[in-house]
Amino acid sequence: MESQIKKLSGLMQSRQISCQELTQKYIDAVESENQKINAYVNPTLELAMETAKAVDRKIASGETLAPLEGIPMTLKDNISTKGIETTCCSNILRGYYPIYNATVWELLQRQNAVLLGKANMDEFAMGSSCETSCFGGALNPHDVSRVAGGSSGGVASAVGGNLAVYGLGSDTGGSIRQPASFCGLVGLKPTYGAVSRYGLIAYASSFDQIGPIAATVEDAALVYDAISHYDEKDSTCRGNTGKPAGESLNNSIKGMKIGIAKEYFDGIRDDVNSAIQNALKVYESLGAQIVYFDMPSLKYSLPVYYILACAEASSNLGRYDGIRYGYRTPHYSDRNEMICKTRSEGFGKEVKRRILLGTYVLSAGYYDAYYKKAQNLRGALVKAFQDAFEKCDVILAPTVPMTAFPLNFTAQDAVETYQTDICTVPVNIAGLPAVSIPCGFDAEGLPIGMQLIGSSFSEAVILNAAHQYESAAGNTVFRSADMGVKL
Amino acid sequence: MSSYELVCGLETHIELSTKTKIFCSCSTEFGGDPNTHCCPICIGLPGTLPKLNKKVVEYAIMAGLSTNCEISPVSKMDRKNYVYPDLPKAYQISQYDMPLCKNGYVELSNGRKIRILRIHIEEDAGKLVHQRGNTYVDYNRGGVPLIEIVSEPDIRSIDEAKEYLEKLQLIMRFIGISDCKMQEGSMRCDVNISVRPQGTEKLGTRTEIKNMNSFAHMTKAMDYEINRQIDLLQSGEKVVQETRRYNEEDDCTESMRGKEDAHDYRYFREPDLVTIQVTDEMISRLKEELPEPPHKKLNRYITEFDIPEADAQQLIKYRRIAEYFEKAIKGVKNPKVVANCMIGQIFSRLEGDSAKGNFQINVTPENLGALVHLLDKGKIRMNLLKATLEKMLDTGKAPGELISEADMGGVDADALKSVCEQAIASSQSAVSDYLSGKEKALKAILGAVMKATRGRADAVEAEKLLIKLIHK
Repeated sequence: MESQIKKLSGLMQSRQISCQELTQKYIDAVESENQKINAYVNPTLELAMETAKAVDRKIASGETLAPLEGIPMTLKDNISTKGIETTCCSNILRGYYPIYNATVWELLQRQNAVLLGKANMDEFAMGSSCETSCFGGALNPHDVSRVAGGSSGGVASAVGGNLAVYGLGSDTGGSIRQPASFCGLVGLKPTYGAVSRYGLIAYASSFDQIGPIAATVEDAALVYDAISHYDEKDSTCRGNTGKPAGESLNNSIKGMKIGIAKEYFDGIRDDVNSAIQNALKVYESLGAQIVYFDMPSLKYSLPVYYILACAEASSNLGRYDGIRYGYRTPHYSDRNEMICKTRSEGFGKEVKRRILLGTYVLSAGYYDAYYKKAQNLRGALVKAFQDAFEKCDVILAPTVPMTAFPLNFTAQDAVETYQTDICTVPVNIAGLPAVSIPCGFDAEGLPIGMQLIGSSFSEAVILNAAHQYESAAGNTVFRSADMGVKL
Repeated sequence: MSSYELVCGLETHIELSTKTKIFCSCSTEFGGDPNTHCCPICIGLPGTLPKLNKKVVEYAIMAGLSTNCEISPVSKMDRKNYVYPDLPKAYQISQYDMPLCKNGYVELSNGRKIRILRIHIEEDAGKLVHQRGNTYVDYNRGGVPLIEIVSEPDIRSIDEAKEYLEKLQLIMRFIGISDCKMQEGSMRCDVNISVRPQGTEKLGTRTEIKNMNSFAHMTKAMDYEINRQIDLLQSGEKVVQETRRYNEEDDCTESMRGKEDAHDYRYFREPDLVTIQVTDEMISRLKEELPEPPHKKLNRYITEFDIPEADAQQLIKYRRIAEYFEKAIKGVKNPKVVANCMIGQIFSRLEGDSAKGNFQINVTPENLGALVHLLDKGKIRMNLLKATLEKMLDTGKAPGELISEADMGGVDADALKSVCEQAIASSQSAVSDYLSGKEKALKAILGAVMKATRGRADAVEAEKLLIKLIHK
């Protein structure tokens, strides 16, 4: 699969297309086709054109473009953009215009990234279908009767629908990988601490991580290399201290040990399972060695994730009280009533559910039984992964046990919906990197995804393995949706 | 009170005098127009992250070292969750179960040690301003670093509580980590009080009086609360565990919230900050930088310099004063004279505690030392020293500029001898009167000596010398 970013950058640099022409194509497509999939909640088309002009001036003066310069892209609406409304797709943040930039946006702006707009998402990144968005969900460009996935559904929908070349999402329990899988894209959840969280509106601070969604592995690697920098504003961020991930994509994976943990395959759909079995054959043909083992502690992943993530969320979301920014209830008689009504009216159902759950597990008398126990199990899961990486170089697993849900599927039963995160949450618990890549289609032509999981800061390794598979499998696993900009 | 004993512990909040806030680089300066010392981080805008100010950790460690605490090699920050408009994140970043310092003590003058359970670091909140029927919020103080010093319930009297708090104030000012001004809120405390029958061990039910912002209020509030509790117990009623506040107007304490309304702070580890690690190297470096603690200084001034305790207390009350004193006594034979000059003439020019604390005067410690040195060598007498010091305080000039060689001449031992010999030679009749028993005649000879030295000779010394020379 050819890197779209490299291709477009080359065309601009060699003056076969100007950045303004390229950007105009995307602007036209967003204007005419966004309504089909609801990927963008706040298009920034004027800003895009302004940036494009600046890029063209650089090209005209003979300067060499930075890797992401002039490439049309999108940002999930939980990434703070100075002067551009940032809502987390929640009514409580409507009308909030940040006065500072997230570090990732600061880094991309230095490369003149062309921002087409802020992308749809589940409210405060809580959800698996993008349907908890106060703007309505983003739809799947391969089948608009299906969801794009969540929570970074808008980014996946925009990139999958060819309304952006790439986008940045955030992954707390699978929110980059799951929609990437549903939309037939590559989604990288970096190691915790590889990318600065400064300016990412927090859902669960010890899990959240920003990463790219793109059409190809190489594109994801280029974006990862551009954003994985040390940031003094985020104490938990080291950045990628090794070599750029983009440099080792073509390395041979002969002798690479690919681990299969049985537990990841419990209860997954047959067609997903067989797509992954086919992928293993491709890996064997590339000279990789498949090793099998058990990871029994994986079964604790879901309760550990939902207890700890909701606990952090209950604290992170306490600040939305209507006093300083965002929504404030119009009718109240005193301060307490103002805060209560603002929060009752401003937050959606799923967000309230998680705030209540998180408040409960941290409360006196329940803390030990829930929060503390979950913390201990988190430690056990970290250890289980460390042990696993003694046996293999990467772990291969399904990204989601199924393909894209029909609309309104997640509204039926919260617990059943949470179950669908079973394969994605373990790496967030352990802080590890994982990349989801397309590995086939189901009977209805919907994309199936698989993920490659690595040890801490081994993005180069998993992207190398992903790129080798992608090159070998090619168009049998990737299909562009029939919409948006045709390149 | 006679049949009841007080059991009391203090939680003292002290604002650290770092230049910048605990989690961002905003100024910590007191005052300023509302919300002008603020940034996205300290007003808790969505997506912002805290970054721990290293100086805060250092200052807290210095506080711990100065109160005999153990310093934790590993500690962490936690979130204390509660909703109030002055707390923009709806949680305060504090330390819960792994404080930076623990197990220390402060020794009182009666020899009792008040144990310190812990010292932890945290951020201050903003403040609400009520104006024209509206409530506004000012976040300037939000994020200013605090330490909270929690004592064990070792305090047994109001005087001990007062002395303990004064000691803390003295120590923290001394090591330069806080100005501890209660009226400006840079030092405030919560008082935990219970009473029990004299001679019993079992602790009574306690109440907590919040936010004492002056020594006077603390004393009054404690006095009221102790008597309230004793009255309750004596009339067969029970003390209710609750949080109370001091009402200045009526000079009493009143209930704020009961046990059942106590906050559940839902503490958990602050995921946005990494573990705080304190190395042995860091501790020993801070130990070296730490000034001599005030109680040690006090002892040294009393024993080595023979300064009366009351005077020594005044010299160690503020760090600047002690530093000045120690510079001034370099090369001086009798530091007590320097002490007297400072407490007498110099202090009389500084009105109020803050003027003393700042200790801004016209005379350098070196010049004061030089002046006292002249006295040591017998070149000037005390009355000239005092007069010169006044001139120095007025003009800022060095003693050499104010006292001429001629003024000093004739006063040292050799000069005095020759003046005396001349006086004897020119007053032969007075000498024979004296020798024949008229004691008063000696005064005439002495008068001649004083006249010749323009009054600058030491009269006692001169008299002794005259007697010796006459009898030769």
